[in-house]
Amino acid sequence: MKKLKLVLIGNGMAGVRTIEELLKIAPDLYDITVFGAEPHPNYNRIMLSPVLAGEQTIDEIVLNSWAWYTQNGITLHAGKKVVEVDRIRRVVRAVDAKGEITEAGYDRLLVCTGSNPFMLPVPGNQLAGVIAYRDIADTDYMIDAARTHRNAVVIGGGLLGLEAANGLALRGMNVTVVHACDWLMERQLDGTAGRLLQQTLEERGLHFMLGAQTQALLGNEAGRVRAIRFKDGTELPADLVVMAVGIRPNIELAQQMHLHCERGIVVNDTMQTVTDARIYSVGECAQHRGVAYGLVAPLFEQAKVAANHLAQFGTGRYAGSLTSTKLKVTGIDLFSAGEFMGGEGCEEIVMNDPFGGVYKKLVIKDDKLVGACLYGDTMDGSWYFRLLCEGSDVSGIRDRLMFGEADLHG
Amino acid sequence: MAETRSTCPYCGVGCGVIIESDGAQIIGVRGDPEHPANFGRLCTKGSTLHLTAAAEVTRQARLLQPMQRLERGGEPRRISWDGALDMAASKFARIIGQHGPDAVGFYVSGQLLTEDYYVFNKLAKGLIGTNNIDTNSRLCMSSAVAGYKKTLGADAPPACYEDFDHAQCLFFVGSNAAWAHPILFRRIEDAKRANPAMKIVVADPRRTDTAEIADLFLPIQPGSDVMLFHGMLHLMLRKGWTRPDYIAAHTSGFDALEATVRDCTPDKVAAICGISEDDLLQAARLFATSAATLSLYCQGLNQSSSGTAKNTALINLHLATAQIGKPGAGPFSLTGQPNAMGGREVGGLANLLSAHRDLANAQHRAEVAALWGVPQVPDKPGKTAVEMFQAAADGEIRALWIACTNPAQSMPDQRTVRRALERCELVVVQEAFATTATCAYADLLLPATTWGEKTGTVTNSERRISRVRPAVPPPGAARHDWSIAGDFARRLEALLPVHGARPSLFPYAPDSEPGAEAIWNEHRESTRGRDLDITGLSWSMLDTDGPQQWPCPSDRAAGVYGNPSASRRQIGKTRLYEDGVFATPDGRARFVAAPYQPTAEQREPRYPFSLNTGRLRDQWHGMSRTGTLGRLFGHVAEPAVQLHPHDMAQRDLKDGDLVYLTSRRGSIVMPAQASEDMGRSQTFVAMHWGGEYLSGRSSTGDTLAGINALTTPAFCPDSKQPELKHTAVKVLKAELPWGLLAMAWLPADRALQALQSARALMKEFPFASCVPFSAGGALSPEGDPERSGVLFRAAGHDPAPDALLAHMEKLLGLDAVDSLRYVDARHGQRRTARLVRAGSDAHLEAVLLGGDTRAEAWIKPLLQQGLPAQALGRQLLRPGATAPAGVSSRGKVVCSCFGVSESTIDCALRESVGSEAERLAALQGRLRCGTNCGSCVPELKRMVRAAVTSRETVGA
Repeated sequence: MKKLKLVLIGNGMAGVRTIEELLKIAPDLYDITVFGAEPHPNYNRIMLSPVLAGEQTIDEIVLNSWAWYTQNGITLHAGKKVVEVDRIRRVVRAVDAKGEITEAGYDRLLVCTGSNPFMLPVPGNQLAGVIAYRDIADTDYMIDAARTHRNAVVIGGGLLGLEAANGLALRGMNVTVVHACDWLMERQLDGTAGRLLQQTLEERGLHFMLGAQTQALLGNEAGRVRAIRFKDGTELPADLVVMAVGIRPNIELAQQMHLHCERGIVVNDTMQTVTDARIYSVGECAQHRGVAYGLVAPLFEQAKVAANHLAQFGTGRYAGSLTSTKLKVTGIDLFSAGEFMGGEGCEEIVMNDPFGGVYKKLVIKDDKLVGACLYGDTMDGSWYFRLLCEGSDVSGIRDRLMFGEADLHG
Repeated sequence: MAETRSTCPYCGVGCGVIIESDGAQIIGVRGDPEHPANFGRLCTKGSTLHLTAAAEVTRQARLLQPMQRLERGGEPRRISWDGALDMAASKFARIIGQHGPDAVGFYVSGQLLTEDYYVFNKLAKGLIGTNNIDTNSRLCMSSAVAGYKKTLGADAPPACYEDFDHAQCLFFVGSNAAWAHPILFRRIEDAKRANPAMKIVVADPRRTDTAEIADLFLPIQPGSDVMLFHGMLHLMLRKGWTRPDYIAAHTSGFDALEATVRDCTPDKVAAICGISEDDLLQAARLFATSAATLSLYCQGLNQSSSGTAKNTALINLHLATAQIGKPGAGPFSLTGQPNAMGGREVGGLANLLSAHRDLANAQHRAEVAALWGVPQVPDKPGKTAVEMFQAAADGEIRALWIACTNPAQSMPDQRTVRRALERCELVVVQEAFATTATCAYADLLLPATTWGEKTGTVTNSERRISRVRPAVPPPGAARHDWSIAGDFARRLEALLPVHGARPSLFPYAPDSEPGAEAIWNEHRESTRGRDLDITGLSWSMLDTDGPQQWPCPSDRAAGVYGNPSASRRQIGKTRLYEDGVFATPDGRARFVAAPYQPTAEQREPRYPFSLNTGRLRDQWHGMSRTGTLGRLFGHVAEPAVQLHPHDMAQRDLKDGDLVYLTSRRGSIVMPAQASEDMGRSQTFVAMHWGGEYLSGRSSTGDTLAGINALTTPAFCPDSKQPELKHTAVKVLKAELPWGLLAMAWLPADRALQALQSARALMKEFPFASCVPFSAGGALSPEGDPERSGVLFRAAGHDPAPDALLAHMEKLLGLDAVDSLRYVDARHGQRRTARLVRAGSDAHLEAVLLGGDTRAEAWIKPLLQQGLPAQALGRQLLRPGATAPAGVSSRGKVVCSCFGVSESTIDCALRESVGSEAERLAALQGRLRCGTNCGSCVPELKRMVRAAVTSRETVGA
């Protein structure tokens, strides 16, 4: 019989992982077509930092080679950006750099347009030398800049910002991280861990300006950024400014398709858009139970569920994810998960080892581990994360918890 | 470097020491080879004296300025000597004027010099006209005094140390000389070695280290001594072992005694004393039939509600068997304090007058009045220690002058004592140390000189007078005790209505050697014609010929006895009553027929245990001096109550479990410790553990006062000595689940300060103890100050507040930024550790375990023994008793002098072979343990024996 047609918009990690999951359980159900705006096969976006740091190459972080698509009979349109979707006729239309148009019809549509980096709305954010940190192009740009320029400013002391800063420093730039909060990675670390992290990075030659409000980016006559100015009037020379102040789900196309969007494309527990049951959405562009995730782990869970339904099994449900963080900066181990900041009814267990540069905080609520923040020694991160997800009662091992799984069983 | 001959300030053995100093600072001490008491030997305490005089100790623990406390409980402020003494004099004058001379009292000390004593006695009885002057000797020797006087007619120990070498039988009763008089015990060990035929009998409720040397050990029930002695006499009579000839010739009153002991039949005695009839017979036979029997006794007889009866009953045996007045024989009371003897000589007790005169005797009163040039001395007996504090508590005595003693630690029934100190209008404390519990109650604190600074004389157990000489000038504004008393007295003279214009009674040049000599000469004159006549001695003779025994009347000075040929003449009388003539009016010794009386507080269902108290080997009294040295806590580190293992098991107690120890008067909390030395239903707590070291807060919010919160004020009707050796108590497990252990090494110039500050926190916990510690190890020959630390232990129903623990951490240097921390506030778990890097390795400098303290098992030795800790890091914060890999402990220190630990000795013993003696010798040869002061030899012997037997059982 004739196969159903599945079209994937967005040749990224979330979408392709969904295809992979689908192929595992229903290899022959669909004719699959993939549209990707970037001229690359699917690569591991979160491994861009090691690439920037010079620890890995682009080839090494490619997840699915060109060959993979052909082997699996997938039609790949790389470098073609989908500009329109006719939901009545169920046709997707894309254009490439030369303006050539490609069309594809679908029975099921998978929208995985991911997210866009957020650019601070400050004067000068369009100057040359001002970029975000999102894809291979950005990475290559930074690698070039590091060869030709001296001073880099990274705006945003979050996960991505610090990875960028570290990479640029390793490539010999004089890097200053500008951060609006009192400590780094405030979304993943508490103050103590944040300050420990700052210490370590400062020892590695990075500079930090915390609580600094960017007012404008100043350019030179050539139209390239030359400095950053703060609200207090002070300036800092900058030939490269990397904005890493967060991401926004990319919902441009979805809105044009009249899919119900809030922050992201609103989907239900089966990852189907609430507007059109033929259309699924997975990844950073999808908003599930009010949350649009920016980390990789949830995407994979979503992909499983979506694939399950595309395969017409109709069993799996996505109930949201607990997330955990690691910083991909070589030699810096930190881990955080759950309600690491504590809060109502939470009890904290804290261990501090300035000698070994280790800090650990476990948060317990109703005899369950609900949060963890580890710095300097993350060996037990996965164990804590397991306990966290299982929500098992830890009262029996509470006093040994801090000393790790090995100590408990050893 | 200067060398000064003086004496040791601790026990009554009266060892001679040679103090090495650089003129300003004492830098070393060693035994005086020429002193007849010790011939160069010193015990653990004596050989560390110089460390207690280190500059750091002086600066942190001594009282260096006169201080005035404007309100009770407040911080004292500096005041000038004139200001202090004028104030004291005017207040005393007012109180005496308004309420009479008996409204004031002086409570002084057996650690004062004879001269200090003399002036205080003259001040009270001669100037003020009250006999309210008593001393801590009342808690120590007054039963021995009463015993001697009742039987032999004078307060004079008839024997001497030489007698150890002539005795064929030593009868120890109520004396743990191995710990309380170590140097005498060394001499006894030598004597036994020289004469293996000598038999040693030890009667004691506890199997003490002294019992280790015994051929016959009698574990008698507490307080049953009189029954034991009567039972022995009963058997002696039955077996014909008495000496009717001697009894007829030299004694009186035997018939009454015979009647008394008639029904003390062996079966009855065995039942009451808890020993076998065979052992009783053995004891009687050895005592009576040995060629020479010397009995050695101490607080076991004296600190009893029938203390005098115990003394007389023992002396009865000597008289009935003629075991007296000959070499190697006699009843020898071992004095507890260095100069209790001297105090008695000058009559420094509420019921005595100068030179063994009696208050009750009008003739004696007249003699003393004449000597002093006063119209009369009061005839109304003064208040003895317990009575004095009771009277103060009742408001009868309104001003107390306390010198060189610490009643808020050492007196029984602390509740009454503290009420007394609080109620008094004026409390003057004249002290060398600022750290005693009593100082906290003082309105006036007067800094006194102490060991190494004082000048004068002391008399030891064998009636031997030694010169005490200053090696260094007094620190700060400290003055000699007699100078302070004399200065005060002269000011008081001016304020009191004196009978006619007379010269001052206290014409002694203050703070000078001539002043001391003048006092001594006055005392010497008072002895003329008395049993303790020393008119044959002179200050210069004590310098040229060294220590001398009394009596030594002027006609003896030619050297009629003693050994004139000796380079240093010994002209005093070595042994008393050799002629069978006693110091009674008729020259006959008197038998005393006192029936057996049980202890004042009997064990009963509500208080089923006997509480016994006593000394530790390496500590002295309230520890104001020994407590400044961590090293002296190596032998016994912390307070504990000892029980028999079966009693522990019955109450489901493990070593270290906290118990409420409760008597009719109070309750304290302390850890329990199993000890095979204990009898069933008996407990033992060292007398040293006062509120300075063992305290806490009762459920009613009172601060716990240490061991004497429990003890009974019941005293002997004759000697008025309280029964510190027996109190009925109950032992209940204390459920205080939250524990705290904090310990830290501290720089020498801060350690004692920190100890004081930590002590102040004890009252914040239901249970707390606070002691110093050190690493042990061999003594530095240069006498360098030793590394020392503070150990604080506490427990409570609930976790202690964070602020309190933070404060504790600050005190112990744990607030440093590089401290390792583990905190689970909700669960009351808080552990903090501080490592200090030394090159490649690191050592644990300080640690606090709050909540679960089981990690103590491995972390305490880790810190105390400075084991490498760099590898451990966060492991240091782990809970539980199992040590992280690579932590092993050395065990407790047995030999303090060379810092040899239990485990080291055990290892050596595993390889040793041969007889016990050979193994001990091998041990001493290899590890040097027990070869310096020898105090640990009995313990070594026990370990050797244990090793041998265990080997045999293994072999079998």
